[in-house]
Amino acid sequence: MTDRYQTFTTTPLGKTLVKNLGLPDPTPLPRWTEGSQVIDGPVVFGAIGETDAGKAVQALLRDIGASFSTAAEGVASSTIRPKAIVFDATGAVSTADLTSLQRFFSPVVRQLAPAGRVIVVGRTPELASSPEQQVAQRALEGFTRSLGKEVKRGATVNLVYVAPDAHEQLDSTLRFFLSPKSAYVDGQVARIGTGPLVSNDPARPLAGRTALVTGAARGIGASIADTLARDGATIIGVDVPQNADPLRKVISKIGGTELLLDVTAVDAAQRIAAHAQEQHGGLDIVVHNAGITRDRRLVNMRTDAWDAVLDVNLRAPERITKHLVESGALRDGGSIIGVSSMAGIAGNNGQTNYATSKAGVIGLVQALAPSLAERQIRINAVAPGFIETEMTAKIPFTIREVGRRINSLQQGGLPIDVAETIAWFADPASAGVTGNVVRVCGQSMLGA
Amino acid sequence: MTEPRKVAVVAGNRIPFARQDKTYRHASNSDMLTAALNGLVDRTGLGGQEVGEVVAGAVLKHARDWNMVREVVLGSKLAPTTPAYDIQQACGTGLEAAILVGNKIALGQIDAGIAGGVDTASDAPLSVNDHLRNVLLDLNRAKTYPDRLKVLARVRPKDVVPEIPRNAEPRTGKSMGDHAALTALEWGITREAQDELAYNSHMNLAKSYDRGFQNDLITPYLGLEKDQNLRPDTTLEKLAKLRTVYGNGETATMTAGNSTPLTDGASAVLLSTDEWAEQHGLRPLAYLTHSQTAAVDYVKGAEGLLMAPAYAVPRMLARAGLTLQDFDYYEIHEAFASQVLSTLKAWEDPIFCKERLGLDAPLGEIDRGKLNVNGSSLAAGHPFAATGGRIVAALAKQLDENGGGRGLISICAAGGQGVVAILEK
Repeated sequence: MTDRYQTFTTTPLGKTLVKNLGLPDPTPLPRWTEGSQVIDGPVVFGAIGETDAGKAVQALLRDIGASFSTAAEGVASSTIRPKAIVFDATGAVSTADLTSLQRFFSPVVRQLAPAGRVIVVGRTPELASSPEQQVAQRALEGFTRSLGKEVKRGATVNLVYVAPDAHEQLDSTLRFFLSPKSAYVDGQVARIGTGPLVSNDPARPLAGRTALVTGAARGIGASIADTLARDGATIIGVDVPQNADPLRKVISKIGGTELLLDVTAVDAAQRIAAHAQEQHGGLDIVVHNAGITRDRRLVNMRTDAWDAVLDVNLRAPERITKHLVESGALRDGGSIIGVSSMAGIAGNNGQTNYATSKAGVIGLVQALAPSLAERQIRINAVAPGFIETEMTAKIPFTIREVGRRINSLQQGGLPIDVAETIAWFADPASAGVTGNVVRVCGQSMLGA
Repeated sequence: MTEPRKVAVVAGNRIPFARQDKTYRHASNSDMLTAALNGLVDRTGLGGQEVGEVVAGAVLKHARDWNMVREVVLGSKLAPTTPAYDIQQACGTGLEAAILVGNKIALGQIDAGIAGGVDTASDAPLSVNDHLRNVLLDLNRAKTYPDRLKVLARVRPKDVVPEIPRNAEPRTGKSMGDHAALTALEWGITREAQDELAYNSHMNLAKSYDRGFQNDLITPYLGLEKDQNLRPDTTLEKLAKLRTVYGNGETATMTAGNSTPLTDGASAVLLSTDEWAEQHGLRPLAYLTHSQTAAVDYVKGAEGLLMAPAYAVPRMLARAGLTLQDFDYYEIHEAFASQVLSTLKAWEDPIFCKERLGLDAPLGEIDRGKLNVNGSSLAAGHPFAATGGRIVAALAKQLDENGGGRGLISICAAGGQGVVAILEK
């Protein structure tokens, strides 16, 4: 699906019109490609005092070969155009420290390069050591969400809350938020807890792992399968028999196995577990991507439309997760990823069934995260906003155009943006990332 | 109440099955059923006699044939005092008719009866579309000329196009083949396995003709002496060359060779008590001992359209106290080779048997050498309602020829239904 408006804005006539009429001017977002660096430009680092988290951030920046300077080195007055600005705010112990946000960011933020990255690292407020610290840390969210709306030209602003003693878990998350892999993730909050330290090859973080992707034949599911395979995973692609042919095309390209079944079948979970164990000896990653819509206002909602959407989008992931965990088919240290939706957070006219199911996915993440942690199994969800797929291409023009523009990046996301976010959750190095629901929505105005 | 009586299958007869729009293209359902019935009457010497009841049906039926079976009886060699009624349970019609007749015999309500079925895919009932039908009905109700003219003015050019019966499930709009293709994919049924089953069907049916097995099961009709669809010279290579007709792209496996063609034909089976048979100089070939129907919810995709027999058989086995391996012959109607293979695979699958059938252990494998030993629908063709009669008669004869044994009949039907039965001797 091409965004014709965005293409038009790059033509001479388009540029003139956009400028003079004050029309949306979306910046094309670079995506990660084979051989890309995590960050291809200078990084400015700032902090409130010296902290473990700050040290971990600087160690990572050195590790990925980023040229970085600290604010103290007089960045503000210099001519560098930072590609990323990382600020360690874990040292904020009271609201007095919030002053540093303005002092640090005001001069440097105007220098931010196109498609730049702003990352603020904070302390998980609920785990703060004093009420004063909790207040200060919670305040960060208002700052990053507002700055996300202010920065232009495809730049993103995200907040990473890290638990005490979890600073060693920051790597995979910082890599994700710094890199073009998070192109369409904006205005989000990620929470990192403690977990075992996993060191793996960042180029193939999923090597030796087996990943199940439901609804893998088309759209976002196919992109997820591709992306996890790129990161080294062996894929089990699941789809309904109707999609056998497109599923075969996806799987034959990336290797792995196909499993044709309806996720709502009474024995779907057992079949998935048996297939995974017989063909691959077990599973490490489960992506509940299969989903359907049957949109109708509630007054006109038919029973079968309501039931079908809840069955596919919520009950199937719930049942399959339960069985895979209980049967042991999902190995310890595994990762479960649900696909929620912006509608599940903000609600949507005509989507009571869909939004119920997608909010339920968030419930599933929150309900299971604590108990699964005992087996070091993590569960998280992505909540896509407007993603350019066959499904959104069918939305009537005006509604589609509005859906695309009402976010900070003024454009729709791509399936790969959802897939990259899932790959970050799937990465064993994200051992401290569980119970998260991260939106892939370009910081949509809906439900923000 | 008295003990149920044993239900004997005494004789069967059918006309050879013809491919659609070939030899029987101008034959009506009534013509063909009459031919099959008269052949049975001739062979059993029942001319001019009355039997307890004739039960039969057709799947594709003209509106005028609302009392088809009784009309057929009146035009047949049976006594005109023989009662009759029509039934319809899609492809299960013929077997269901035999079960109904058998039940009345078992209960002592009748001593003998004839079960049958007929279908034509050539002489299809076209009907006017709903719009024109409403116009014509209103025209009939109009009392005055101006009113009639007003009604007639509603006729539109599109009304000229008649409605042709669709070979599709009303609730999904998908053809039976498309449904079967989905099930085949779900069960991972290969093209090779389907072609092999089709090949065996043709070889087994051809052998049965060669050894004269079909001689007293068939009455030639309109110059046709053997099933028109039978290809005794087919090979696995030839079957492998056919292009696929259901499913999409490289995952498609179903061809015209491993799916049944549309066919015309009729069959009839005589059932009775032992005493009645003896009194009429006939002898039981086998006994109809158990039967079962089941249906699945294929509409929401919870189960494949043609998988109902997979549910019906274990229920029947449980009631009969038998295992799937306690049979000498298996007659699994070959709607599609993939249907037979999916059913067999489901019975072997521990997950299916546990989660869907609620069984502790899978039903297990069957000896493939006992499957459709005299050919089945892939070779003979499948005039929907006539298939049950063909199978009951052939299996009863096979059991008799074998000097005893037990045979399983399994027939899948449109609407997600299955009709199954056991014959024993």
